[in-house]
Amino acid sequence: MSAPAATRRPRRAQVPGGSRARRVVGLLVLLLATAALAVFALGLGDYPLSPGEVIGAALDPGAGFKRTIVLEWRLPRVALALLIGAALAVSGALFQSLTDNPLGSPDIIGFTSGSYTGAILALTVLGAGLDGAALGALLGGLATAGVVLALTYRRGIEGFRLIIVGIGVTAMLTALNQWLLLRAQEEVAMSASIWGAGSLANSSREAALTAGVGVVVLLVLVAAVSAPLRQLELGDDLARSHGVRTGAVRISVVLLGVALVALAVATSGPIAFVALTAPQIAARLLRSPGLPLTGSALTGAFLLLGADLLAQHAVPGGVPVGTVTTVLGGVYLVTLLIREARKTW
Amino acid sequence: MVNEMRGTTTAPAHYTLEDLRLGYGERPVIEGLSTQIPAGSFTAVIGANGCGKSTLLRGLARLLKPSAGRVLLDGEPLEEMAPKQVARRVGLLPQSASAPDGIAVRELVGRGRFPHQNAWHMNSREDEEAIEAALRRTSTLELAGRRVSELSGGQRQRVWAAMLLAQQTRILLLDEPTTFLDMAHQIDFLDLFAELNAAGATVVAVLHDLNQAARYADRLIALREGTIVAEGSPREVITPENLREIFGLRAVVVEDPETGGPLVVPAASRPR
Repeated sequence: MSAPAATRRPRRAQVPGGSRARRVVGLLVLLLATAALAVFALGLGDYPLSPGEVIGAALDPGAGFKRTIVLEWRLPRVALALLIGAALAVSGALFQSLTDNPLGSPDIIGFTSGSYTGAILALTVLGAGLDGAALGALLGGLATAGVVLALTYRRGIEGFRLIIVGIGVTAMLTALNQWLLLRAQEEVAMSASIWGAGSLANSSREAALTAGVGVVVLLVLVAAVSAPLRQLELGDDLARSHGVRTGAVRISVVLLGVALVALAVATSGPIAFVALTAPQIAARLLRSPGLPLTGSALTGAFLLLGADLLAQHAVPGGVPVGTVTTVLGGVYLVTLLIREARKTW
Repeated sequence: MVNEMRGTTTAPAHYTLEDLRLGYGERPVIEGLSTQIPAGSFTAVIGANGCGKSTLLRGLARLLKPSAGRVLLDGEPLEEMAPKQVARRVGLLPQSASAPDGIAVRELVGRGRFPHQNAWHMNSREDEEAIEAALRRTSTLELAGRRVSELSGGQRQRVWAAMLLAQQTRILLLDEPTTFLDMAHQIDFLDLFAELNAAGATVVAVLHDLNQAARYADRLIALREGTIVAEGSPREVITPENLREIFGLRAVVVEDPETGGPLVVPAASRPR
């Protein structure tokens, strides 16, 4: 009657299968690479430190000035890069898994733009400060998710529909954001634009702590829905015959994904493309069936920290990290679209 | 292996359907259907395309909520049971299922353990044993490390069956399980479920091939336009009169030379 059992239209890029052992080794390598990059990043700056000095300063309470440099000056920014990178990547993995499409990422389906709209409204209309902008980003992201889902929902959430509606909403929000910036006072528009480029430059200890607690809580909740989410990859009929409450799982996944992206935008402004690229890179590195959540988190952390290092040190004078991820991510998106197009035609 | 599952002290599994109405939106596909499915039976649901066979199976699997009437599983209304509780008693082989890209056979079969696992879904020794037994039973043990996407249609269908067996349910629901298999694989596949049935499993299968239904099932339910027009043993249901009523098919029924059961030979539409 319908499609033959056990066949499917391959929509996601084919990833060759690998063993569990390979996945464990891959995760360890990712973890070590991220840790090594973090130590390297903590040593970079006007007062360069060797990796040995960084580790010594972090472990030895009597290290004095070096300890202040590492823990007080540099650690908040490195920690934020890792946390925000992980949050964005896991959010991307959740939405890509839900939509079964590599384009189903929060930066494509409007949630990132919506968070930015919320922040601009807080800054320009309400005259709020940066804390207000963060709250506005959270509310804006959730409101956009509400609108996109209301437009998508027809007895369940269907992935492709979500992407199409999301792209439309993104376009409208981008126009709205520009209009809001044009009619705002010059200084306010300026600070909103800087914030909107996505930057980790204003990383404080408090911001790192707040984001850290938020990200950890959300990731624990994500871990709790990851098994039923994986079961959804078998199709709704099988998932439900295994006792998965498919509707409840989808709604939890959407809420968690939006919360992660909104938290990231609230902390650092909209940083594009990490959510889009990290899950796909992780799936290829680990050769895992479906999208690996832990691998995505590590890959996202590594990518954002790497991008932030480029943003700070590779460009004279420095640029916002959002600019770097947009340039790198744009190249990735074009490659992805060309490959998908080749498969279809 | 179905006999070996835990909870052997519970009453024999069977369904009671009471004045059941099932459908999508406003339009009922099944209307006023009442019957029983005895524990340990091999029941085949037959009927013309669009008569509600698959819809009935979806109702039994709790994929479709009755808009009237009810489905009782072991005397308990199916709707009031927790989803995982149902999933430990009833397994489904749907018409279409999708394997995640690049997944290996053993891992896919392991997904059938979901209803038995706790919130963190770590594979226990019990899970590993169930997976091993399911692979062995379906002769897919030597495929365990292969990717599902590399397998032939016949192998793949066996892997889906292995996932169903790993679920360790007493009731096995099969929705047109042989449609995309060649004749030899169809027979192999149905033989497997006949063995499971002999070992105590209750099997309910939607089957297109009347001769397969007559040979493998001990009970047939014939549907037309969402209601039962005949039910009983193959000998009672497979008669020229019923075939005309169920399918509008002119046919003669002869004795199956292998089993002595009924064998349908459609009438030639044109004289030669």
